Amino acid sequence: MTIEIKTSTLEPVRQTYANIARRFGDKPATRYQEATYDVQAETNFHYRPLWQPQHELNDKGRTAIQMEDWYAFRDPRQYYYGAYVGQRARMQENAENNYAFFEKRNLADRLGDGIRAGLIRFLVPLRHVEHAANLNNMYGTAYGYGTAITQAMLYDGMDRLGIAQYFSRIGLILDGNSGEALIEAKRAWMEDPLWQGLRALCEETLVTRDWFELFVAQDLVLDSLIGQLVYDQYDAWLADNGGQDVAMLTEFMQEWRKDRTRWVDAVLKTAAAESDDNRALLRDWAAKWRGKAAEALSPLAREMLGEEALEQALAELEKRMAKAGIN
Amino acid sequence: MAAKKLNIKDKYRLLTRDLDWEFSYQDRKEAFPYEEFEGIKITDWSKWEDPFRLTMDAYWKYQAEKEKKLYAIFDAFAQNNGHLNISDPRYANALKIFLTGVSPLEYQAFQGFAHTGRQFGGVGARIACQMQSIDELRHVQTQIHAMSHYNKFFDGFQDWSHMHDRVWYLSVPKSFFDDARSAGPFEYLVAISFSFEYVLTNLLFVPFMSGAAYNGDMATVTFGFSAQSDEARHMTLGLEVIKFLLEQHEDNVPIVQKWIDKWFWRGTRLLSIVAMMMDYMLPNKVMSWKEAWEVYFEEAGGSLFKDLARYGIRMPKYAETTEKEKEHVSHQAWWIFYNYGQAAGFHTWIPTDKELDWLSEKYPETFDKYYRPRWELARQMEAEGKRFYNPGLPQLCNCCQIPMGFTEMDDPTQIAYRQTVYNGERYHFCSDGCHDIFVDEPEKYVQSWLPVHQIFQGNCGGPGVEDVLRDYYRMNVGADNLDIKGSPDEQRWNAWKGVA
Amino acid sequence: MSKVYLALQDNDLSRYIVEAIEEDNPSVTVNYQPAMIRIENEGRLVVRRETVEEKLGRDWDVQELHLNLITLGGNVDEDDDELSLSWNR
Repeated sequence: MTIEIKTSTLEPVRQTYANIARRFGDKPATRYQEATYDVQAETNFHYRPLWQPQHELNDKGRTAIQMEDWYAFRDPRQYYYGAYVGQRARMQENAENNYAFFEKRNLADRLGDGIRAGLIRFLVPLRHVEHAANLNNMYGTAYGYGTAITQAMLYDGMDRLGIAQYFSRIGLILDGNSGEALIEAKRAWMEDPLWQGLRALCEETLVTRDWFELFVAQDLVLDSLIGQLVYDQYDAWLADNGGQDVAMLTEFMQEWRKDRTRWVDAVLKTAAAESDDNRALLRDWAAKWRGKAAEALSPLAREMLGEEALEQALAELEKRMAKAGIN
Repeated sequence: MAAKKLNIKDKYRLLTRDLDWEFSYQDRKEAFPYEEFEGIKITDWSKWEDPFRLTMDAYWKYQAEKEKKLYAIFDAFAQNNGHLNISDPRYANALKIFLTGVSPLEYQAFQGFAHTGRQFGGVGARIACQMQSIDELRHVQTQIHAMSHYNKFFDGFQDWSHMHDRVWYLSVPKSFFDDARSAGPFEYLVAISFSFEYVLTNLLFVPFMSGAAYNGDMATVTFGFSAQSDEARHMTLGLEVIKFLLEQHEDNVPIVQKWIDKWFWRGTRLLSIVAMMMDYMLPNKVMSWKEAWEVYFEEAGGSLFKDLARYGIRMPKYAETTEKEKEHVSHQAWWIFYNYGQAAGFHTWIPTDKELDWLSEKYPETFDKYYRPRWELARQMEAEGKRFYNPGLPQLCNCCQIPMGFTEMDDPTQIAYRQTVYNGERYHFCSDGCHDIFVDEPEKYVQSWLPVHQIFQGNCGGPGVEDVLRDYYRMNVGADNLDIKGSPDEQRWNAWKGVA
Repeated sequence: MSKVYLALQDNDLSRYIVEAIEEDNPSVTVNYQPAMIRIENEGRLVVRRETVEEKLGRDWDVQELHLNLITLGGNVDEDDDELSLSWNR
């Protein structure tokens, strides 16, 4: 640039967008703030959806939960798209190195037949559970209200697709890329009595209409219980029984779980703190789905880990519910 | 055990396509309830061809790389006061239209593809939609971030989402996307993935972004081209959607053709705003709207429809009208905004002599004959201190919602009026295309939230237009609107550049 | 016959890709516009991994093309070895 400018004439007229200034004052805003708050259309929709004429295109009435401000659901991770993909790219690079190492050193060959059979029976079918979780989070993305929560649900939905693909890769590592482990795991998912309770429950979530109830069912109850059983207890069992290398293949999921639990808990806490009505709804939903999930998971948990396993997982769920104020 | 090597197609199929399952405990139609009501027949979702086989890990990796580059440029742009490098302060007004008119559509696309990404029964199609959904969220957010710096130095950017929901001319883009999103899932895909993304968006992004580069706007060209790198995937999805629907069942052909006709016309009307941005709002010109239309629609679209002929698909209805319109539409649109410049959230102006000459050269058939004299008259009036504004409110087309200012294409001195009566009420249209769309689905279009009607009904505050602008639109009246001459934008620019 | 086309961002990596495309599709037209390079050909156009790798002197994944791709026209077929655009397959 060749021109000379006195800096005093280069003062900004305003520090941020007007909607951000109304919320937080006219001062420099974060990228998360500008990319999140008030981005979704609020009013003056032109046509009712042909597929749901009882609602507006964007409608608060698709859940029984009520909020004064739907942007209260600030994501503690402050993920906007760029921050989200940046974080996941780091995690996947690590995962890629782990998978490459695992394959190069043929670590699958070091797993005993029992461990291998267990992985195909207990771990690989989770790809279907993750697929349902993908759809359930997409549901909240599509029918939820306000960018703060819908974008976070989209990120979670895409995470679940990625995790379903990682579980599939574990199957391919175990069967030498023949796809047989995937077929066997699918057969277990479709026919093995162990999985039928959970499959029925996944199908039930897919026909659940209230998106916030679905969030409680999927992202709190089911994910909390399955996560504790698989990533804590089964992981520990594998470590003690010669399957410790498998942790390389699930490290992405471990890290993801820590990351998103912070977000799920924040959402619940915010919704519960809003009103007694919300709190009562959340408590009812959590209790309802906790009961169903405990029943569905009980044969699986017993077979995979033993009698006490489900109790442990339920205890962790109780703790999270208490923290959110919905126990 | 030596693992066999998987090629990308097999790998993608194994990782993704078999994730779904036949339900045993619930009715699958309850989980995917919107697949049948449009009359589209899907016999076998497994015939879906994945256009690109991007697994999530690859998606994160490549997208993060794009974002890293993009945000490095945004940072550098802001740190170096990149807004001082644009060709001319008038240029910033094209960006105001972009942020208030286009970026919210990216958001609607994010929502629309989340909806189809949840609702389609086939896993391949669902995942393609989900990936587009997250891409579209990327686009709106990177646009907000690219414009963030301009917002600090120019007026008219500051309340973009509030304005989008309310301002009269912004109901043109808003109603376009509301229309698509309120339709069934298959129409949505034909509307957005095919008619808009495949056939028309190149016109928005490619020449306009090249124009941004040519006007010194590093931030916009960077987000534009970076967004386009996702667009290549989206366009391909659009073509796959069409081929899939047409191959599934012959009964789909007339339904798809009707949607192509409708959405081609809807899109063409929406792009008249882009036409005006290219011909009038870019101080340094890359190509005229007419040239862009010829390259990106007539040539590229021509090849496309030739390819689709084997399915029994023909060129969209009224494509021949657009061949005439390309000579007129940008001039007529900018004239409308020049007339109503007191009610617009950006600045308007008379083209300079050099620009008038460029327009004469690019539009030899029409510009000197019909449009140059108008601008010369406007110039003369301005010189006499009588820069005119139309104090009234325009009548809007009941379909596209553009003020009724477009002419008959065979007689550019005659404003085109079409009308119909539905349930005892009379409705007005700017063109045969808009008329036909309304008549095909009147129960939909009578719902339109027409901004001018709403003002007259007292639903936007008032009583005067200025009250509406200030209180309901939240414009900074006197700063955001009116001519660029004498505007605070112009005064600041002159101060930065040391011009008296 | 109809033209297929693609456009790339005008940057260093694209120069190698364009060179590879020109080698594999001798009849292409390459058109430089502000900030972008538009490449078109009658009927069919192919970007081959091997040729790009040869030009770059390193491994190159066909999916990396998306980092620089601005737009394209034609039916797409992408696999491990190439991305092709065509009309009337």
